[in-house]
Amino acid sequence: MSRESALVSADWAEKNIAAPGVVFVEVDEDTTAYDGGHIAGAIKLDWRQDLQDPVRRDFVNKEQFEALLSSRGIGNDDTVVLYGGNNNWFAAYAYWYFKLYGHGDVKLLDGGRKKWELDARPLSKDEVKRPATQYVAQEQDLSIRAFRDDVVKAIGVQNLIDVRSPDEYAGRLLAPAHLPQEQAQRAGHIPTALSVPWSKAANEDGTFKSDSELAELYAAAGIDDSKDTIAYCRIGERSSHTWFVLQEILGKANVKNYDGSWTEYGSLVGVPVALGDEPGKA
Amino acid sequence: MTAQTASTVAAGCAAPDQAAPLPLSVDLDKETVITGTVQAAGGDPVAGAYVRLLDRSGEFTAEVVTSPAGQFRFFAAPGTWQLRALSRFGNGDATVTADRGVNEVSLAVA
Repeated sequence: MSRESALVSADWAEKNIAAPGVVFVEVDEDTTAYDGGHIAGAIKLDWRQDLQDPVRRDFVNKEQFEALLSSRGIGNDDTVVLYGGNNNWFAAYAYWYFKLYGHGDVKLLDGGRKKWELDARPLSKDEVKRPATQYVAQEQDLSIRAFRDDVVKAIGVQNLIDVRSPDEYAGRLLAPAHLPQEQAQRAGHIPTALSVPWSKAANEDGTFKSDSELAELYAAAGIDDSKDTIAYCRIGERSSHTWFVLQEILGKANVKNYDGSWTEYGSLVGVPVALGDEPGKA
Repeated sequence: MTAQTASTVAAGCAAPDQAAPLPLSVDLDKETVITGTVQAAGGDPVAGAYVRLLDRSGEFTAEVVTSPAGQFRFFAAPGTWQLRALSRFGNGDATVTADRGVNEVSLAVA
C-alpha cells in the first residue's frame, strides 16, 4: 500500500463526487454532523449503531456486515471513499474495518470533514438513497486485528505503540479531554509501549504529514522495523489512524490494531501496567 | 440529556454536543472543566470552529467543534493548558491555568 493507493485529496474528491463506481461514506460516532450537511451523495455509517454488535462487545459479524453494505447500496466493486469528523478517527476505523472484511478498493479522504469545512467546500442536506446491492464480505483478516492475549504476549517482544495523548499515556488523564475523566479502567499504559500520539502524524487541518515526516516520526520514536507492531488507544479508533499511517501510507508489514485498547486492557485483572512518561520494563 | 444518554456518549470517543448542559453525572469536585466561547473580531460567536486543547508541551490532547452559539468544553486536569481555534474566519490562541470545577476562557479568532 502507499499514499497514492490509500488516500485521496479534497480536490480529487470534489472532482469525483458524481463519478460512477465511487461511493462516499461519512463515518462518525455522532451522526448529527452528517445530518447538518454532508458531501453530496455521501451515505452515512454510524460507528456504534452500524459497526458494533448491539449486545456483546465485538464487531457485527460477516453476515451482518454484508446486510449492512447491501442495504446501504455499496457493491463489492465500488471504490469506497471514507471521511468523517474527529480528524478522521472513525473514518480510519471504518477503513480498517472494511479491510478486515476484505473490501477491495477503499480510500480515506485526506483531512476528512475538518479540511472540507475549513476550505468552505459545499455540503448538501439532500437525503441520499442508493439502490440495494448483494454485498459479499470475506472472513475477517485477523492479520490486522490484535486481541488481548496477543498484546500481553507482545510486551517487551514486539513494537507496542500507544497513540493516546501524553497525559493519557502517563496516567494523568483517563480519556481524551473532551470526555469526562471518571472512567472504570485503571490509568497508565502497557509496559514497553512507546508513546507516539496519533496527532503527531497529522497536520492541524487533519491532513496527514508527508511520507518523509511520517517515516522520521516513527524511526525517531524507536520503532524496530524487524518486529511486528500493535497500535492501541482507548477504544481503537485513534489507533486505526496510526495503523493506517504505518501500513497503508508507509507500507510497513505486520501491523495490527488492538480494538479492545485501553478500555479492555485497563480493566484486565492481573496484567502489568506502567505509570509515568517512560515505557517501563517488561 | 438523560443519565443513560450521557453514559452512552462516554462509551465512545466522539465529542458530545457542546451546547448541552453538563451531564448530571459530571462531578465538579473531581472534574476540571475548561469551557468558553469562540468569538470573531466583532464579538460574534463562531459556530463550527475547531478548538484544540494542547498540553503544556504543546501536544494535542483533544479537539471539539463549537456549538451554534460558539461554545466549547473540555474535561482536563488541573494545570496550564493551551487552546487553539481554527475557523474559516481565522485562527486564535489562548492559555488557561485551570483548577477543579468550571474554568471559563474566551478565545478570539482573526
